[in-house]
Amino acid sequence: MTLTWIQKLMPSKIRTETSEKGTVPEGLWSKCPNCNDILYRSEVERNLEVCPKCSHHMRIPGRKRLQLFLDAGERLEIGEDLLPVDPLKFKDSKKYRDRLNQAQKATGEKDALVVLAGHLHGRPVVAAAFSFEFMAGSMGSVVGERFIRGVHHCLEWNLPLIVFSASGGARMQESLLSLFQMAKTSAALARLAEKGLPFISVMTDPTMGGVSASLAMLGDINIGEPGALIGFAGPRVIEQTVREKLPEGFQHSEFLLEHGALDMIMDRRDLRDKLARLLDLLMAGKDSTAAPLFPETFPAG
Amino acid sequence: MDLKFLDFEQPIAELEAQIEELKRIGSDNEINISDEISKLEDKSQKLTERIFSSLSAWQVSQLSRHPQRPYTLDYLELMFDEFHELHGDRVFADDPAIVGGLCRLDGQPVVVMGHQKGRDTKEKIYRNFGMPRPEGYRKALRLMRLAERFRLPILCFIDTPGAYPGIGAEERGQSEAIARNLFGMSRLQTPILCTVIGEGGSGGALAIGVGDRLLMLQYSTYSVISPEGCASILWKSADKAELAAEAMGITSDRLKELELIDEIVPEPLGGAHRDRRRIAETLKQTLKRHLDELLHTPREALLEQRYARLAGYGVYEEAG
Repeated sequence: MTLTWIQKLMPSKIRTETSEKGTVPEGLWSKCPNCNDILYRSEVERNLEVCPKCSHHMRIPGRKRLQLFLDAGERLEIGEDLLPVDPLKFKDSKKYRDRLNQAQKATGEKDALVVLAGHLHGRPVVAAAFSFEFMAGSMGSVVGERFIRGVHHCLEWNLPLIVFSASGGARMQESLLSLFQMAKTSAALARLAEKGLPFISVMTDPTMGGVSASLAMLGDINIGEPGALIGFAGPRVIEQTVREKLPEGFQHSEFLLEHGALDMIMDRRDLRDKLARLLDLLMAGKDSTAAPLFPETFPAG
Repeated sequence: MDLKFLDFEQPIAELEAQIEELKRIGSDNEINISDEISKLEDKSQKLTERIFSSLSAWQVSQLSRHPQRPYTLDYLELMFDEFHELHGDRVFADDPAIVGGLCRLDGQPVVVMGHQKGRDTKEKIYRNFGMPRPEGYRKALRLMRLAERFRLPILCFIDTPGAYPGIGAEERGQSEAIARNLFGMSRLQTPILCTVIGEGGSGGALAIGVGDRLLMLQYSTYSVISPEGCASILWKSADKAELAAEAMGITSDRLKELELIDEIVPEPLGGAHRDRRRIAETLKQTLKRHLDELLHTPREALLEQRYARLAGYGVYEEAG
């Protein structure tokens, strides 16, 4: 094992303890899940949650993702008043209600998707991001509804749409309602396409199942974050079905790029600049400057 | 074909075996036992009615996968005047897990497609157990575009455990193929009428299931994940499939209550496989009725209604 500078600085006793525990106290330090290096928390944050040592792209909650992506300043949250319910009274080992409460408490979010209208280097956009921490970023009724309200906002104000997906797929606890969110979100994107407004889909780790097989793969430009797991069926399910070893790098961004499913892989630290340029090319000749960001100027309905 | 009985139908199977036995004796001897036979037949009918009046979701799930249940090609033969199968996605291959082509339904030209399962082992493997790969979905979309170009309505029959979880399927873009169909079907300029005839398994079912009407045969199921899959994730054991089937509400009556489907097509007593001609006739009349309405809807209104329908899916609360 190669030692990092901080490990070298530590007396050997402490060093052993730290690596045996395998965890790092919250706050000042964190550990890269890929290279296992102990990292200075604020440095990781400054680096947009990308490991400064190995460039591993760590998962980030939806709201934080949008905070890092959009310009500082006013933003309009779309669909924040939508709350999940439990139409099937679903219960496995736990009630869906309890799972929701727990996820809401743990994340401070009401559901797994955040949609914001804001600016990207001064250009008005709508951006949405999934939170994997919220029930594996699963798509249920609220995610679907927030998503299409975001699309409708784009349609109304001639705005491009950028979506960061991170999801295990459809939310089983909403059963068929969640499956149908795939049709709902795809239908909205078809309208966006008809109006000639661009949709840039950024697939982050992981983008699987019903989210991958609907909105995520429908980008005018499909972008993967480095090393993200992206696919329809989960790797274990496939392994059990075909009873073969999966190919090296199977279902990772680099694999998808090679197989023609992605346009490009983009480092998180380049996203803001590069997407702004892409949008300039795709939005040439479209006027979306009138888009309001304040709720009081936001039209009803 | 000898009727196959499911576990929960065993009491019926026993009665039926008795009836068979009596019939055999009756034809061998000169004793008249027809009274006895008709009594037993009556009893069997009543027993079937009783068992089928309170089926659990798991039992319905077994019926939806009954080995003798009519498949897409059976309906094609029973319901349509002619069928010209069209093959291939024009890119990679022809996927036998989805069949489709040009048909006439009482004179009306239509494009029909559906998942296809196999009956015997050889055909099951050939049809990949009704689990499509990306080329199946791409073939389906190609046929839909053809229907749109020639102004033909589309009928889709859904009957799949789900999209095939294979290495090649992922390499060739299973996700994209499914997504592209959802995207395409939502704006297709021709009526689309979808019917779940057996197993409606997840994204693999939905990929040919977006349209203007959604019907379900009485004992078919439609679900976001198979009961076994759900059980192994949420209950950590596939043995809990029965509980998962119940919890997910995968049966036609539950889904009608949730307003996710338009109509339940009633099946003959004991299930569609007990009387293929009858279910085919019932389905045919139902499809014709819906098709007639859709064909009389102006195209713009059709697309508006379809969008409103898709956008309306979901149950949530809105605060404030």
